[in-house]
Amino acid sequence: MPDEKKLCLSTSGLTKVFGFGRNKTLAVDHVDLNLYEGEVVSLVGESGSGKTTLAKMLLGLINPTEGKVYFQGKKRDISSQRKKQEYWKGIQAIFQDPFSSYNIFHKIDTVLLDCIRMRGGGNLLRAKKVELMTEACCFVNLKFEELTNKYPFELSGGQMQRLMIARIFLLKPKILLADEPTSMIDACSRATILDELMQLRNKTGMTIIFITHDIGLAYYVSDSVYIMERGRFVESGSADEVILRPKEPYTQRLLNDVPKIYEEWDLSTV
Amino acid sequence: MSNTTLEVNELTTKYITRFQEDVYAVDHVSLKVEEGKSLGIAGESGCGKSTLALSLMGYYFPPLHYTSGDIIINGRNISGMDPDEVRKMILGAEIAYIPQAAMNALNPTRKIIHFIEDVIQEHDLYVNKKDIYERARALFENLGLPAEVLQKYPVELSGGMKQRTVIAVSVLLLPKVLIADEPSSALDVTSQKMVIKMLRQLMETGLISSMIFITHELPLLYNVTDDIMVMYAGQIVEKGSAQEAVFDPLHPYSKGLMGSIIVPEKGLRDVKLTAIPGVPPNLKKPPCGCRFAERCKLARLECWSVSVPLRELGGGRAYRCLLSEHELREAYAKEAYQNAR
Repeated sequence: MPDEKKLCLSTSGLTKVFGFGRNKTLAVDHVDLNLYEGEVVSLVGESGSGKTTLAKMLLGLINPTEGKVYFQGKKRDISSQRKKQEYWKGIQAIFQDPFSSYNIFHKIDTVLLDCIRMRGGGNLLRAKKVELMTEACCFVNLKFEELTNKYPFELSGGQMQRLMIARIFLLKPKILLADEPTSMIDACSRATILDELMQLRNKTGMTIIFITHDIGLAYYVSDSVYIMERGRFVESGSADEVILRPKEPYTQRLLNDVPKIYEEWDLSTV
Repeated sequence: MSNTTLEVNELTTKYITRFQEDVYAVDHVSLKVEEGKSLGIAGESGCGKSTLALSLMGYYFPPLHYTSGDIIINGRNISGMDPDEVRKMILGAEIAYIPQAAMNALNPTRKIIHFIEDVIQEHDLYVNKKDIYERARALFENLGLPAEVLQKYPVELSGGMKQRTVIAVSVLLLPKVLIADEPSSALDVTSQKMVIKMLRQLMETGLISSMIFITHELPLLYNVTDDIMVMYAGQIVEKGSAQEAVFDPLHPYSKGLMGSIIVPEKGLRDVKLTAIPGVPPNLKKPPCGCRFAERCKLARLECWSVSVPLRELGGGRAYRCLLSEHELREAYAKEAYQNAR
């Protein structure tokens, strides 16, 4: 039912240039991206290909040099702080480094209460708030009773990242931007985090943009994959199409660079 | 019989915390690495992989303390040796170590060649600088690194290049054993491949005779090493060849680890990744029974109370579980059948 899909976020000719004159760097180069509701999309590329810059522009953290972003059919307006906060109700992010994602002076309760307030639940009864927070923690297999009155740095990296997912669960944004959410976490907790993200998608129907350099991860989670090279999309399509039958040499190289277990890993290509 | 370059018998080391509590991070670990072979150590964070690597070098500084066991490198027992002596005689020359963030080891204010001069002069004072330069250049070219790197400052190099430079420096004194502790975890996939290629090259050209590779990425271990050892809460829970450990794990923990492998190959999307619930036990008060019992699906009543020995199966295969090989296989087959339905 492709015609029933609703466009959630789209960009046209999005460009970011850092520096000027001789030091000019084209980080993102005229990117057209169309995201539909409930879709999981991966942006894959090696370091320096502009994935994170694109993500920051989508979030409104940096201003694009050129191009437009459309959010739910309308042109995005983030000209004031208040409008930005309104926009961030619809789009949220999980970053690579869980250790630097939290305010170290705020307890975990505050982190979660902030989310409830942002959703307009500031006037709820305390008991109701606790119920909401417990539900969110339950969703990511954390125990709220153990977390209350603790600071985020008392948790392990995997737990912090799961708490981040609990935040997203409370906020229920339309779009979630996950910027390498598992690259600093060891392989055993990675499966848990990915599963929780997928559950979140199934439950709330949000769109997830997954940014990673690990093409295997992208293949596991996403419906469609965009391959980025030097700020441009070189290949895009459904995950099966791009990963199992890559056309571009760049995609083939990325695939070759990942260690495999069923096929021979060719080391002669670097 | 092939020569054993590194042999470790029942090594136990501990951390002593501020409150004088003992934390046994490496608990009766025995291993053997033969000449020309590489050993991989897998396990989640906090299971004692890196502590084992530090302990193997025999270079103890508080809060890490040596408790018991032997470390034999090339027929020489280095356990209990004076740390200063270890540093002069063993480190670099017999056993070299690449830490996790090796690239941060480079001094930002000095050129790479000065770093190399320091390393060589520390072990051999009367070498002139020209000889050192020639030696470094030959090694770098041998390993496929451009010789210009020697005259550069660390900030001029990319992350992958820095990592490879540090690896090249670590083998300058031709050590027998190289311990690589997550050498590629901070790098992207392309640089990671270059680092792995270089490590393989070192083994093939005979610059080092054995390697111990520590990581939590199983596909990587499978491609690099001959044998794999899985650690959990300071103990070895499974030993075997790479093939056996990845495709036919016996211990429930290694089974769980193997279930979390992600590779971009056909069929990945059909399998559901299995995550191991719970967290590892606190090593300040390790459980008296099996350390994995709390998270194990197959745990029985006696698992909580009886301490579990490492069962040797012959051919280098061993696992630490009360259940027999037959019982474990039966349980896994049943699980696979239920998942298929």
